[in-house]
Amino acid sequence: MRRNRIFASIVTASALLLAGCGTADSAVTTAPSGGLTPIKLQLQWFFQAQFAGYIAAVDQGFYRAQGLDVELLEGGVDIVPQTVLAQGKADYAVAWVPKALASREQGAGITDVGQIFARSGTYQVAWKDSGITSAADLKGKKVGNWGFGNEFELFAGMTKAGIDPGKDVTLVQQQFDMQALLKKEIDAAQAMSYNEYAQLLEAKNPATGQLYTADDFAIIDWKTEGSSMLQDAVWANTEKLSDPNYQAQTVRFLTATIQGWAFCRDNAEKCRDMVVAKGSKLGTSHQLWQMTETNKLIWPSTGGIGVIDETAWKQTVDLSMTTRNQTGDTVLTKAPEGLAYTNDYINQALDAAKAAGVDVTGASFQPAPVTLTEGGA
Amino acid sequence: MRRFLAVLAGLLTGAAAWEGYKAVGNPDGTVLFGVRVLPRADDLSMPHLWTIAERLGAPELTGGRPVWRVVVDACLFTLGITTAGFVAGALIGLALAVAMQRFRVVERGLLPYVIISQTVPLVALAPLIAGWGGVLMPPWATVAVIAAYLAFFPVAVGMLRGLQSPSAAGVELMRSYAAGWWRTLVTLRLPAALPYLFPALRLAGAAAVVGAVVGEISTGTRGGIGRLLIEYAREATSDPAKVYTAMLGAALLGLLVAGAVSLLELPLMRHRRHVEVATL
Repeated sequence: MRRNRIFASIVTASALLLAGCGTADSAVTTAPSGGLTPIKLQLQWFFQAQFAGYIAAVDQGFYRAQGLDVELLEGGVDIVPQTVLAQGKADYAVAWVPKALASREQGAGITDVGQIFARSGTYQVAWKDSGITSAADLKGKKVGNWGFGNEFELFAGMTKAGIDPGKDVTLVQQQFDMQALLKKEIDAAQAMSYNEYAQLLEAKNPATGQLYTADDFAIIDWKTEGSSMLQDAVWANTEKLSDPNYQAQTVRFLTATIQGWAFCRDNAEKCRDMVVAKGSKLGTSHQLWQMTETNKLIWPSTGGIGVIDETAWKQTVDLSMTTRNQTGDTVLTKAPEGLAYTNDYINQALDAAKAAGVDVTGASFQPAPVTLTEGGA
Repeated sequence: MRRFLAVLAGLLTGAAAWEGYKAVGNPDGTVLFGVRVLPRADDLSMPHLWTIAERLGAPELTGGRPVWRVVVDACLFTLGITTAGFVAGALIGLALAVAMQRFRVVERGLLPYVIISQTVPLVALAPLIAGWGGVLMPPWATVAVIAAYLAFFPVAVGMLRGLQSPSAAGVELMRSYAAGWWRTLVTLRLPAALPYLFPALRLAGAAAVVGAVVGEISTGTRGGIGRLLIEYAREATSDPAKVYTAMLGAALLGLLVAGAVSLLELPLMRHRRHVEVATL
């Protein structure tokens, strides 16, 4: 009996120990495959044209030419790219600047090494006949927002227009789709220019039997309201950036990334096909729209793609520290410390890309118009 | 046959209720004192059943495979994950139950953790386990781990009750035969536990489906019905019937798993009479 008891305590203890081990991080093995360095890039969401530049750089062999074997990791509802990066489960991550800075404040050691999207793609969309054309018109309206840190441009815009987001508007938590706006449950809905806004234009107006058109909607663009924040950027591990090997690898990674995005600027339809081939469930016309709108957020790029503009960075940080959401929270409590961003690597990458004959500013970029079909098919 | 008719009648009632509500319900829903008490009945919120059926037959994307093929394939993928999770979860649950029955110390030490394990929110757990994908195991297996995590609990708790269910007289009888622990377990406790095991397995089956679907959504694992649900949900603005096809798939998957688990019961429940004799 006594022996049994000892045996039992050992079993219990080891079971608990095993359970504890289960939560520990596993070591990432990095075995070189054919001389190429394996790299993992964590994306924010499923494959779609928002990430076309990276997909193209893989597909066209730009990464391979730089000696990198890049694996793109899709996001999910609970996958936070900057956390995955900070935990060492990816080598680089794509993330919005305010959200990544918030993770940084909580201890994630990450650095913005390439600001791929120079501009924000967030809109607030209302019905044209509602008379809402600017943030000030939202007063007293039902305003949809996504929450989870995606709402701060809206709140900054309203605050700037003299509206107290906590009192002067009715805030409604928005779903993935735009049905709430179509059903007129809300007066204005949050939408990305490259995704949700297109979904509105792919829906049929039951009154006319035709698709809705841009004339049916009014757009509040946070870029013109002066409350836009920086979005998709490539983030690297701050600690590893002190290692010369990782530095060189970052430059090579960014060089190929620039090539990928330049390719998608010049070959929107080819990139659309690559994204569709990756198994995206979004239709081809929707995907081409997304490609074109994404290009608009990057090109033309006066300083060269990926260079972090200090004014835009400062605006993002200032708004992150001062804008309060309905619960009174700000994105950041203090200015980012340490190496939050650096242009060192992107500038080297731009030089390398230019030397290879890549147009890194896209000054002559003209987006081709896209015709959307029902359901984006 | 009667069972089949009952199922059919249930389905027809459901369909009639859906279409009936659409016919009489207010397209804008019913709002009482600012609270919506009845849902909207318009085509955007509740597409007609024939629209959904039509959508099932139509191609997913221009020139692509029909939606029903995509949904069925996704269901089969998730069924695979569910099965792996269910089997692993049930085996772990059984092992834990046997260990807890055998050693009081283990029961006292482990049972609280078994219960606490189910209070950990999946959203906290999923990203952690998702990190194992591609490193320790293929990505689908991480979802199976989540499914197993939910499935082991009812089995462990139910089976423990079952193993402890034989009366003292039964246990003493075994002792008087000089039967060891193993003999007692196999001839007395396991048969006595069967009536407890099957309801637990049904719960585990349902939990495994939920775990697999939620795990897919949470980690973004491609191929299954959970991922399909979220992808179609995003298109609900312009294609509201599409998301219902995926929901239908998920419901069918749940029924299929429930049916499969109750089939397990058939050959084993013949022993039930023996149990009653043994526990007398």
